Amino acid sequence: MQKLTIALAGQPNVGKSSLINAISSSRLKVGNFSGVTVEKTEVTFKWCDDISCSEYDMHIIDLPGAYSLSDYTIEEKVTKSFIQSEEYDLIVNVVDATNLQRNLLFTAELLESGKKVVVALNMIDEAQKEGIKIDEKILSEILGAPCIKTSATDHTGIDALKNAIVEVYKKDQYVSKLKYSDHIEEEIGKIVNFFEEKRYKNDIPYRILAIRLLQEESETYKMMHDDPIWIELLPLIRSSLEHIYIHSDSKDIEQIFKDEHFAFAKGAKMEAMEISSMRAKNLTQKIDNILINKFLGIPIFLFFMWGLFQLTFTLGAIPVDIIDEFFASIGEAAKGVFGEGTLGSLIGDGIVPGVGAVVMFLPNIIILFIGIALLETTGYMSRVAFLLDGFFHRFGLHGKSFIPLVTGFGCSVPAYMAARTLKNERERLITLFIIGFMSCGARLPVYVLFVGAFFSQEHAGSILFFIYISGALFGLVAAKVLKTFVFRGENEPFVMEMPKYRLPSLRLIWHTVYSQAKSYLKKAGTFILAASMLIWFASNYPKNETLAQEYQVKIEQATSEQIALEFENEFNKISLENSYLGKTGYVLEPFFEPLGFDWRMSIAIATGLAAKEVVVSTMGVLYSLGGDVTENNQGLMQMIKKEIPFASAISFIVFVMIYLPCLAASMVFVREAGSWKYLVYLFLFTTVTAWIMSFIVYRVVLAL
Amino acid sequence: MLLSELKKGEEGVIKKINASKSFKNRLSSMGIVVKEIVKLKEYSLAKSTIEVKVSESYVALRLKEAALIEVEKL
Ligand SMILES: Nc1nc2c(ncn2[C@@H]2O[C@H](COP(=O)(O)OP(=O)(O)OP(=O)(O)O)[C@@H](O)[C@H]2O)c(=O)[nH]1
Ligand SMILES: [Mg+2]
Repeated sequence: MQKLTIALAGQPNVGKSSLINAISSSRLKVGNFSGVTVEKTEVTFKWCDDISCSEYDMHIIDLPGAYSLSDYTIEEKVTKSFIQSEEYDLIVNVVDATNLQRNLLFTAELLESGKKVVVALNMIDEAQKEGIKIDEKILSEILGAPCIKTSATDHTGIDALKNAIVEVYKKDQYVSKLKYSDHIEEEIGKIVNFFEEKRYKNDIPYRILAIRLLQEESETYKMMHDDPIWIELLPLIRSSLEHIYIHSDSKDIEQIFKDEHFAFAKGAKMEAMEISSMRAKNLTQKIDNILINKFLGIPIFLFFMWGLFQLTFTLGAIPVDIIDEFFASIGEAAKGVFGEGTLGSLIGDGIVPGVGAVVMFLPNIIILFIGIALLETTGYMSRVAFLLDGFFHRFGLHGKSFIPLVTGFGCSVPAYMAARTLKNERERLITLFIIGFMSCGARLPVYVLFVGAFFSQEHAGSILFFIYISGALFGLVAAKVLKTFVFRGENEPFVMEMPKYRLPSLRLIWHTVYSQAKSYLKKAGTFILAASMLIWFASNYPKNETLAQEYQVKIEQATSEQIALEFENEFNKISLENSYLGKTGYVLEPFFEPLGFDWRMSIAIATGLAAKEVVVSTMGVLYSLGGDVTENNQGLMQMIKKEIPFASAISFIVFVMIYLPCLAASMVFVREAGSWKYLVYLFLFTTVTAWIMSFIVYRVVLAL
Repeated sequence: MLLSELKKGEEGVIKKINASKSFKNRLSSMGIVVKEIVKLKEYSLAKSTIEVKVSESYVALRLKEAALIEVEKL
């Protein structure tokens, strides 16, 4: 079995990741905007070609989209350095068939690298609808690389592409046909001739070496500098460059070659492409007349967001109540089966309420994720970035910051990574710092729990919307503060491509949402489960035997049922307060008391540093243990409502909204920001502001 | 005339780009190069950002950057 490593490169949003998904039935993230893939990702699968039926061990590397091989942004750097490395056998250059000329500019750069190239003319379905005809034979001829028409959505041309890959791989010698203007070709010819006469030994083909020398590539110069041939070569190059300058009345060699690429791309397009009709193209324009209209644009966007949260609450609430009660009764049943002993309590008071508190919000999470997936896959995302750029700019952010920020509503981890598309280091750091203010999906359970407990059904959706918006606005203010006091400096230019609107397939949405829901449940079944057990343990131990006996006696001697129950509740409360967790809670309490939190809420905030889902699961355990036994089979929502005063609840929401997202996100933050010290700043920054804001809100609500 | 001075719906041919090298390269790899035709599609509310069409792509730019691009109105 042969190992075949393929680098998949192309401009942003041309369907590279979709194509890999179609080829290998993997599940790479796909979205309709530039900068979905920000890291190189490897996909492996086995493939047997039809002709010789030898089996191949295919390794496809999905690279971030790049407009050119440059160091413009972090993710483009990744692509450039991988393309220039020797770690792969051939390049599959994915090209958007509806935007041939611009895409071929990048193709020209790839061909220049001297690597084997196969071109995939992707989105051929859209090209056909737009009346674009491409003659792939002529194009293959011009490029000197096989061109295959593909559609990742319709799964056409996939096998042809695989065959072409294997065929090109099997060829030993390969020189691309990137042709320059005659006067440049002439100079290349002279240098190549010289190498031939000298029988110069080098791994790189003469032509490519000559081109690199003419392009004044410093690596090549360094490599050849100490070669004896250099003395004779130098005057040759000098005179060649002189000739080139005369023809192009400029001495900017980089620009000269850029112009060559442009002429090549334009020429190739003219010869191979034909537009037969101008149909179907203005749909995007029609939609945009409304959606990015300067007056309607932002109100429409806000309306969509409001609608989403309305749905999240109202539609989500139906199964939530059922799941909540379901878990409450399971908890009871567990105690029935396993008895009131240690095991029964661990399951009934620890695991079931802890995990249940997280699982019950799955429906809300799913609706939120569907909303975000629609935003990402329709092409609306870039429009909103366009609408908000002017506004963001005033707060020291970049229009493109919108993309990581929106991702942050789902989960902070990918959001931190999505910030890589920002070129300017300061703007990127500001964005990283405020991503946490965009309430992630894991905070949704906390909000739904509290909003559901304290507000009426009709208002709940709007309140939820209000929480998210105020978090976001707060983030903007924080950005402004950071920009003014910490990360001062010039702003980066804003250039962003606006993709076509695309109707996402149901399958795409399904897979996006399904994988997120699955990982949410998985987290509930592993991490949250362990955390719940830990919390249960910390809240049940150490056991105080004398106290237990004391109360046992009291309960037995009680004159009525009523008094016995009261004793039992009192005992539960005292033992909880004396547990490890209770004691920790009392240590934390002075810090949180001014915000109106009792010790249980304080504990929930502290455990929430690990992950925001733990906040609800901690509350699930603590309020189920401490709650009155008579009402033990009540749902969590009722319990919260009964035990927590309104003002404290609001202040709690504010705190959760602002403080650090979670452990996993913090680690990714460190990696992306590049230093531990930033995490310390972030922790102080978010915790202090969370405390101050909660304090203010608590006082205000109390005064009302 | 500058690209930033075009009105909505107007077209122009790019004459000169006065940007820094790296930004100029970025623009050119997005298809914004001398001799190409640009069309102004939309302004944002505060007139701070514009959307232009160049060959087959739609690109959003800030007005400040659009002022670096000289065009001749068609
Ligand atoms: N009609 C059509 N749409 C496609 C095709 N291939 C991809 N798309 C859509 O194009 C968009 C971009 O797809 P991606 O696979 O994320 O593109 P990418 O090249 O990986 O993008 P980056 O990672 O941002 O560089 C998505 O909305 C896809 O659904 C195709 O062959 N036909
Ligand atoms: Mg991708």
